[in-house]
Amino acid sequence: MSTILAVCEQRDGVLRKVSHEVVTGAHRLGGTVEAVLCASGPVTGADQLGKFGADKVVTLTNAAFAKYAPEGNAQAIAERVKAGGYAAVVFAASATGKDLAPRVAAKLGVGLVADCTEIAADGGSSAIVATRPVYAGKALLKVKVAAKPAVLSLRPNVFTPVERPKAGTAETVAVNVAAGRVVVREIKAAEAGALDVAEAQIVISGGRGLKEPANFRVIEELARAFGGQAAVGASRAVVDAGWRAHADQVGQTGKTVSPTLYIAVGISGAIQHLAGMRTSKVIVAINKDKDAPIFKVADYGVVGDLFEVVPKLTEEIKKLHG
Amino acid sequence: MKIAVCIKRVPDSETRVKIAPDGKRIDEAGVKFVLNPYDEFAVEEALQRKEKAGAGEVVVICLGPAAAQETIRTALAMGADRGVLLQTDAVPADGFVTAQALAAELKPGGWDLILFGKMAIDDYNQQVGPMVAELLGLPCVTAVAHLEIDGAKGVAEREIEGGIEVVEFPLPAVLTADKGLNEPRYPALKGIMAAKKKPLEVKPVQLAAGAIEVVALTPPPERKEGKIVGEGPGAVPELVRLLREEAKVL
Repeated sequence: MSTILAVCEQRDGVLRKVSHEVVTGAHRLGGTVEAVLCASGPVTGADQLGKFGADKVVTLTNAAFAKYAPEGNAQAIAERVKAGGYAAVVFAASATGKDLAPRVAAKLGVGLVADCTEIAADGGSSAIVATRPVYAGKALLKVKVAAKPAVLSLRPNVFTPVERPKAGTAETVAVNVAAGRVVVREIKAAEAGALDVAEAQIVISGGRGLKEPANFRVIEELARAFGGQAAVGASRAVVDAGWRAHADQVGQTGKTVSPTLYIAVGISGAIQHLAGMRTSKVIVAINKDKDAPIFKVADYGVVGDLFEVVPKLTEEIKKLHG
Repeated sequence: MKIAVCIKRVPDSETRVKIAPDGKRIDEAGVKFVLNPYDEFAVEEALQRKEKAGAGEVVVICLGPAAAQETIRTALAMGADRGVLLQTDAVPADGFVTAQALAAELKPGGWDLILFGKMAIDDYNQQVGPMVAELLGLPCVTAVAHLEIDGAKGVAEREIEGGIEVVEFPLPAVLTADKGLNEPRYPALKGIMAAKKKPLEVKPVQLAAGAIEVVALTPPPERKEGKIVGEGPGAVPELVRLLREEAKVL
């Protein structure tokens, strides 16, 4: 039976939640799942990985792995893969995964199937089939991967973690790696508690309808009403105008997001924006123009002045969370 | 500063995607092709670095069809010195194959910097830059949104979930550019005229087969018809009820 390597992530010695999705996704390929982490010591939460179906959790330790070590992590994982005969290596298409997965794939001499939304073992052959959004979600590309191993990364928020408890053995292996030339010196934390639009369960995005940057506070207040589950996104128009950081941009030249709930506020719905959020589970649009294209993809629309509708919504959500 | 910028020809982001009859690619009829937006940041950064150094060369390299000469001319009009087209009928689905072809071209170059966009907005492969770095044995930083270079040392900032990673690296290096790195210039008429006379070398390339095969390209599932809940703040209680009871997301 084949073994799948699920490459998990930690930050500051704490397991990142996206790791649950990686282990869950790895299970779709059948076989046993080995979760691997690079860290400088024990990782808080690594023991949870058994709960999501990891048969084994391996922590590769090196003093240089306290922060993300691009070259060291790539070397350690590639060497593990070469020694272990894995059928597939699965990453998260997170900021770290997007950096690490191509490095590992190149060391293994294979291509990467990036940002998958579906993966499966191909019944008859030993190949893997994967589906991934291309053209920012305007089309889905299905590919067959014959590479051994197959190297895949999974779009965050798509592979909903499934609990399937295993006894999950744990192992720590000290590894030697070459001194890194590329070194993460520090991490400047964003505003405390700020969630990334690509990983948040709820995304509330604002567009030109907000009229001026300061008015984003109505969006921020709504986000806060969700009690730390919501991130604030933005359309390209307002990012290009310098109202919001590029990190917040949703769309073809920003981030493609798949939250449970996406609320578009004062966004008309240019095709390149729709591409970035159409895989959201539920879409709500608030716009004063009833003919705005955003209403074509929205599950629920409210036509009206956002400066009246959004504060009312904030009030109602506060009642729920109160 | 001797800088290579690897660029790609992609459909404009406003393109409405139509699937070709073979069900494996887009129908290119009527599609406007442009220089990949993330590559514009890479070209701009190269030009600024060269201007700052007061000397050097910016070479754009593109793997793509004959029509990608036009994409290279766009970069030349921005101010790049010369272009190389690695001509092939189609860009392969397997990013490692593309990386191998580019690495072979870049290998003898003696570059101080090799720049890419962080990804192409068509295939979203987001891998060729770091793969080229691996193949050439060069240090690499991806998705650079801020960059400082002092002699042979660089400091880059890249966005991660909930923060900014500050990364140090030595030159020569491979970097991939994110939005925010700079403001790409528009080619001026003078630049467009000058670009016509700049050297553009076309080299046919034979690509390896690769191990990633396209099975199908399909439109995304249609979202089922939504509804207008109502007008104005009065519709909000009903919206919240629907989100709780029908959509079950609250």
